This record gives sequence, C-alpha cells and structure tokens, in this order.
Amino acid sequence: MSIIPDKPPFKLLDILYKKEFILFVVLISILIINSNISPYFLDLYNLIDSTFLFSEKAIIALTMTFVIIARQIDLSVASIIAVSSVVLGYTTSLGYDTWLVLLLTLLSGALCGAFNGAIITKFAIPSIIVTIGTMSLFRGLAYSFLEDSYYNKFPKLVGKLGGGYLYGYIPYAFLTFILLAFVFAFILHKTSVGKKIYSIGNNPDAAQYTGIAVDKYTFVLFTLNGLFSAIAAIFLSGRLSSVRPNIAFGWELEIITMVVLGGVYIYGGSGSILGVVISIFILGMLSFGLGLLNVPGVGIIIFTGLLLILSIGFPSFVRTLRRKNE
Amino acid sequence: MKKILLNRDFILFSIILIILIAVGFANPLFVTPKSISDVLTDTSILIILALSQMIVILIRAIDLSVASNLALSGMLISLLSTVHPELPVYYFIALSCVIGTILGVLNGISIAILKVPFIVTTLGTLSIYRGLIYFVSDGKQVYSNEFSEDFLALIHVKFLSLSFLFWLAVLVFIVIYILLNHTRFGRNLYSLGGNPDAAKYIGINENKYIIMAYSLSGFFAGLCGYLWVARYSVASTQIAIGFELTVISACVVGGISVMGGVGTVLGCVLGALLIGLIRNALPAVDISQFWQLAISGAIILLAIIINTKTEQRKEKTIMVEN
Repeated sequence: MSIIPDKPPFKLLDILYKKEFILFVVLISILIINSNISPYFLDLYNLIDSTFLFSEKAIIALTMTFVIIARQIDLSVASIIAVSSVVLGYTTSLGYDTWLVLLLTLLSGALCGAFNGAIITKFAIPSIIVTIGTMSLFRGLAYSFLEDSYYNKFPKLVGKLGGGYLYGYIPYAFLTFILLAFVFAFILHKTSVGKKIYSIGNNPDAAQYTGIAVDKYTFVLFTLNGLFSAIAAIFLSGRLSSVRPNIAFGWELEIITMVVLGGVYIYGGSGSILGVVISIFILGMLSFGLGLLNVPGVGIIIFTGLLLILSIGFPSFVRTLRRKNE
Repeated sequence: MKKILLNRDFILFSIILIILIAVGFANPLFVTPKSISDVLTDTSILIILALSQMIVILIRAIDLSVASNLALSGMLISLLSTVHPELPVYYFIALSCVIGTILGVLNGISIAILKVPFIVTTLGTLSIYRGLIYFVSDGKQVYSNEFSEDFLALIHVKFLSLSFLFWLAVLVFIVIYILLNHTRFGRNLYSLGGNPDAAKYIGINENKYIIMAYSLSGFFAGLCGYLWVARYSVASTQIAIGFELTVISACVVGGISVMGGVGTVLGCVLGALLIGLIRNALPAVDISQFWQLAISGAIILLAIIINTKTEQRKEKTIMVEN
C-alpha cells in the first residue's frame, strides 16, 4: 500500500515554474536594465523616494487581492479615496482634534465599503456592476460637496505621514505597506480565514454548503477594502497637501493591474500576496525607470496595458498551442 | 392589459414621460419642441454606443474600451483632415469606422484566442488606446478652425427639423433591431448569453461570436469617433473620458442583464434616453452640474436593484408552478 503524502515533495526545479519566480526574474531584469540605462537609478535616496509613487496604491492592492481571490471586484476604491479625503479636509476645517479627524476619515471609507458589500450581498448583484454604480455615486458625492473648491489644511500628523520618513530614511507610507503585506500574507496563507477565502473564490456555492458564511465574508472584505482606501486617502492627502474631488482619478484600474499582473486569477480562487508584492515593485520600478528616461506618463500607461494583457495572454496562448500539438 | 402595464419598457417609458412633465412644470422652456430636439441630438451618440454595447453585454461580456476607441479613431481622422482637408467627408467616416473595427477586433482576438478575460482585456485596451492618442497627437488638440468645412457641415444637416445625429441613431436602432430579432446572428447571441454551454453543444462557435460582437462594438465606437469630433468640433486627448461608464449605465437602466442573454433593443434605447434626459434636465431645474455624477450613480444602483428584484421574482414563480 502506497502512502499518499499530505504535501507534494519539495523539488528545487518546481520553483522555476512558479508565477512568482517568473515575476521575480522580470523584476530583476528591469532593475538591471534600468541601472544600465540611467546612472541615477541605483541611487539609494532616489530608490527610496520612488516608493512614494506607488505606496498608497499598494496598500489598497493588498485588500483588493483578497476581494479578487474571493471572486469579486471593486471598481469604486478611487472614488472612496475622494470621499474620505473630503471628510478629512472637512473635519479639519471644523477644528476637530487630530484623532477624531482620523477616526471619522477611516469611518467614512469603511462605511462606503460596507455600502458596496451590503448591496452586493443583500440583492445578490454582481460586484462589477454595483461598484460601477458606486464609483459614480461616491465620486459624485465628493464633487457635489466640494464643487470647484479644494481643501489644503490638514492636521500636522497627516502631512508628516504623507511626506515624512521614519529615522529620515523610510517613508511612512512605504513602511505601512510592507508591514501590512506581512500581516496579509500571514492571514491569506497561514490561517483558516485565508483558506476560506480561497474556497469561496473557487466555488461559492460549494463554500456555502460546507458552512462558510459567504455573504458575511464578502461584506467584510468590501468593508475592509473601503477602510484601506481611507488609509490610502490619509497618506495621499498628506503628500499632495491639497484635495480636489478628482483626486486619485483612474486609480482603480492601476490597482487592479497590480493585483492581476501579480498572478491573481481575475475570476477568483488563486493568487498569492508575494506575487502581488513583486508585481507592485515591477510596476513601480518600471514607471520610475521610464520617468528617468523622460518617457512621458503616457508611455507608461500603454506599457502597463500591454503588460497586463500579455502577462495573461501569452501563457494561456502557449498552453493552447501545446494542447493542440498533443 | 395588465401585461402591458407591467412591461419593463412601458414602465421605463412612463418614467421618462413623468420626468418630462415634472421638469416641464418647473421650467416650461424645457418642453418646447426646440429644446426636446436638442435633448434628442445630445443623446444620439449615447444611444448608438449603448446599442452596440448591448450586443457585447448580451454574451455576458463588457467592452470598457469604447470611449478610448472613440477618442482614438476621432483623433486619427482629425489629424488626417488637417493634412488632407480636400478629402470628402464620407471618406473620413468610413476610415473612422474601419479604425474602430480594427481596435474592436483586437479586443475580440485577445478575449477569444488569447483567452484573456474580458475585464482584463478591455481595461488594458482602455489605457492602451487612450495612451496612443497622446502618441499620435503629441498631446496637442485639433481645433475647430483646423477642420475643413465639409468635415463639420454634415453634422448640422437637418431633416424635418431634427438633426442628422438623431436620424442616424434611428437608423442604427432599426439595423440593430433587425439584427438581434430577425437574424440567426441575433438569436445565437441571445442563446450564447443565456446558456453558453448549451449554445456550444448545438454548434454555435463561441469564439466567432465574441470576435464579431467586439468588432461591431468597435465599428460603432469608430463611427461615434467621427460624430463626437464633428459635433464638438474639437479632438483632444481628453474627449469622452469616462463615457464608457455612462454607456454601460444606459444599458443597465434599459434592462440589459449583465448576466447575459436578457434585454430588448427598445429598452436599451429608453435607458439611454432616460440618462440623456436627466443629464439635460438638471440644469433646467437649477440643480448644480456638480450633482450630476452622484445622481447618475444613484440611478444606476436603483435600476440594477429593481432589475434584479424583478428577475428574482420571476425565478421564484417558475419554481412554484413546478
């Protein structure tokens, strides 16, 4: 009688076929190419400052990874940033204490997320359509409240969080992202909560029958996504030191690109935090390198779009060809 | 009689009438024939795009790249018209449609052959097509004085005191109505959306239909590229940014189910008309333009909730009868 092991035996060669490994190779090659092309790239201060370009998006990408693995999607995150930033500016203008301002800001984001979650679970409507609606609704609320004016006064702490460094080296936003990434990797890969999220994404009906409260999980994930958008809003408002209703416009697509490029399957059920973190660095270093080369932002947009399609299209195309040959 | 009263399209039509009457009471100037014909002209592009988006939504997909496609096709023909103003306007329209179709086919190939999910594909091409506009135009605008007279004249032609745009929308409505209701292509689209597995078993080539649906969507986006540029007499990198969401909301409000296979051509047009009416009516009743986005968001949510409620009720009744 043969014994079936719990886990397949560890083989060094298997690592080579992992998505994360391929992504890692891409990241290393980008770093090498960048440092060969521009002498300014490998400067430590430059590299550290380049993290400002992506840390806020990266924070939301973590919760978005959970949302997408659970077979949902949230297109309203950038609009929630707009709402939370307006709340941040408004409560500051009322002269509230810093802690109350931050609390209300976080609360506003979580409420927006909970609103998404409630409609999606209560009425059983696909999240893509609900969040297309709330994307307009939330952004519209920010517009109708602020009209064509802006806020530029925030508590001192917010400015420090957005643009400051810990010990003069590590930006707070980046530090927050790295710490949260460890927490989220632990939850997703080492706890039963993570296992349940995967099983919801693989087959929601089956998950429901095995006793997982699918609706409750969905609701919590969307609330969390809203909360994290509010956290990103605090860092972003502090960094820009001005809030207009069009803040973070188009970010939802960039965040979803980060997640999907990181190997998370858009229809749920598979993906890892490590992959998403590597893809965040790929996109960040790519746009930083292209920036140093004076390639305008547009070039980066086109490149990101192509990368997104090809990173999924190429492997599946190769698979199809192979199947035909067999 | 009861059947007519509960008909979705009839309800939608009544809502449009009620809004029209209510706004008319608040501001009588809004319901003059001139003003209503302006609303119709203003909504025509939305109607055309909503109808072509409907074809894609019927097979359980979405085309998020239409606005970028429209803007890229519009920019390319505008640039050509500044270099060759002597070419006839029909040439530009045809060219715009061809460019749009090619961009649509690229979407279709990516989805059907490379098997990249439609959300990823069209999110990607939304950025790529928009980015390409900057590339071809160097970020510059083409202004009204740079277009040839011929290029801009066609859009101002009127027939029975209704605009060219309106009549074009009517034509597109008739074409798509026949296509979806009276051809094999249309019926196959509905069955693919209703039950893709069953459709495959009876021999419908899914990939072919995906590519065709996206090329049609691209074709009409290209057509609207010319219409948009000619109507507003400006081509820039920013035109129609975010318009894809308005188009999708028109479909959703019109009762086209994002779960595929459900929806009528008439409903789609009424959905677009309702959205167009609200956009135009807000200024007439002194609601600030800054409220527009929030109100359209609220309407989309309401429409989806009502749609799903009625669909779910239908499912329940079927189960009871069994």
